[in-house]
Amino acid sequence: MTATETPVAPSGQHLLELVELPPLALRVREHVLRMTLGGGCFVGASLSCADLLVHLYGRVLRVSPETLSSPDRDYLFLSKGHDVPALYATLAELGFMERSRLAQHLKTSDSLYWHPNRDMPGVEFHSGSLGHQLAVALGVALDIRLRQGTNRAFVILGDGELDEGSVWEAALVAGALGLENLVAVVDRNGFQANARTEELLPLEPLEDKFRAFGWACRSLDGHDFGALEGAFQEVPFAPGRPSALIARTLRGKGVPSLEGRVDRWFARYGGPEVEALIRELHGGPRADLTGDGLVVR
Amino acid sequence: MTVTYEQALGALAAAHEDIVVMTAENRAPIRGLPAALGPRFVDVGICEQTMLGAAAGLALRGRTPVVHALAAFLTMRAFEFVRTDVGIGRLPVKLVGYIPGVLSEANGPTHQALEDVALMRGIPGMQVFCPADESELVEALPVLCADRAPCYIRYNAAPPVSPHASGFAPGRAEVLGEGGRVSIFTYGFLVREALKAQTLLKAEGVPARVINLRMLKPIDEDAVLDSARAAELVVTLEDHFLVGGLHSIVAELFVRRGLLRPVLPIAFEERWFKPALLEDVLEFEGLEGGAIARRILRALALAPGKGESTWPMG
Repeated sequence: MTATETPVAPSGQHLLELVELPPLALRVREHVLRMTLGGGCFVGASLSCADLLVHLYGRVLRVSPETLSSPDRDYLFLSKGHDVPALYATLAELGFMERSRLAQHLKTSDSLYWHPNRDMPGVEFHSGSLGHQLAVALGVALDIRLRQGTNRAFVILGDGELDEGSVWEAALVAGALGLENLVAVVDRNGFQANARTEELLPLEPLEDKFRAFGWACRSLDGHDFGALEGAFQEVPFAPGRPSALIARTLRGKGVPSLEGRVDRWFARYGGPEVEALIRELHGGPRADLTGDGLVVR
Repeated sequence: MTVTYEQALGALAAAHEDIVVMTAENRAPIRGLPAALGPRFVDVGICEQTMLGAAAGLALRGRTPVVHALAAFLTMRAFEFVRTDVGIGRLPVKLVGYIPGVLSEANGPTHQALEDVALMRGIPGMQVFCPADESELVEALPVLCADRAPCYIRYNAAPPVSPHASGFAPGRAEVLGEGGRVSIFTYGFLVREALKAQTLLKAEGVPARVINLRMLKPIDEDAVLDSARAAELVVTLEDHFLVGGLHSIVAELFVRRGLLRPVLPIAFEERWFKPALLEDVLEFEGLEGGAIARRILRALALAPGKGESTWPMG
């Protein structure tokens, strides 16, 4: 798109039908598993987030490959930046970039590395340092309101990320400003890098915390597309308040041998291991991998 | 009638819809702006990090945020947001740091921004502007706001120090006087004390040139090199730590260009300064014109052109 072209405004249409989401989510998960090759990626974290991203881009966000520069688009900020494999996979499957580009992961000839950046089409801002993007999204939501726009700013946060005080500072400001076009989605998978959240820094009662900061807050199963559909249709959850959706998710979701494990936040696998994991993703036998070459954190 | 910073910013914002004024409860320099700007004035409360993140978000939407907070907290409490969101993002956010250096007066070391130049200049793409008085601040403001680079402004709204030799131009210093023996490089509030020292030195038969750098990044390298070569003694004068400020900038430039000159650094070395009212700080810390002149005379007397570079710290 040249600088002189007016950006195409998003239509009201969703990119996908609800029934198309589960097969898309499966393809996204396959891409995530393939990105564990070579240098590895944050596989467990990305798998918990995959359904949220699929649902948001397929059914909620008014943005498409044609409208990704429109000032009227909905914004998604991936504050939990290390989930970027799931974001890139979703964007690739929906045509924001070529699927083949995912094979450039970690190559110096392209810009696909362990956190998102604006060189990649569809990415709104670079992230990676936890606790930043709620404030950034707040600024975007504020400007939209200044311009009397109807578009929204969504932020995906990790639950471990909620340890960062800057998240709560931004929440305090957002609540005070009453930004009802701001929506935070928490990928509540119960894990942070090395521990369960509730064993390290317990977050519960989490809904109460958001409400205390002036937000309207709900919880649901973050892997249930029907529940997600219902919830996002009701955003903002309360007039004059920002909305927080606590999405209960499972780290490593979709691959039983990776699910719910503290030591599968980041992983690097070899070719045969990835194929075994993909077979397991599609209902095959457990790929309980314990090879010497396995690199996990 | 001189234009105040508040009036200048207000006029700029009235003429340019992209300007959004933000503050983390630092209202002193801009009390009239909330009423004047309405929704384009945002006070986030005592939330410097959120202010910077939100400024980045506003800038992504095409706004030019002008954010205000005390210099120490703007540059340190929110440093990561400045560097990561504004810096990496290369966004046109203007950061106005209030009461930097000695201007924090009796607040004490917690409020003393003596490393702000060091921190801000280290961010790729960040400009650093240090006005000597309100007239320079007002003159530069439209130019800086039009520039798409992020910029840190070491806020100083002191009364004009003297008729200025030249108008503001980015990356251009103001050279005051034609000195032979001494070149005093300085910026910000201490320009006025450097000019007092210049007058006293002249009375002692020591012509001195004062170079008001105005911008420390990008710095006027030609002015620095020309004035350094022309003098017997170079003085760097700043209300900043010795590490990372003007002295370091000058030293780095000399090394890059293979220039070796005797340099007398006047800065705070490994300590914070005595909290007091402004004029008392200057006197106590040897930063008023007379004390500066005496330090320069002593330095000249100790090693008249012998080429030794070990200068005493005043």
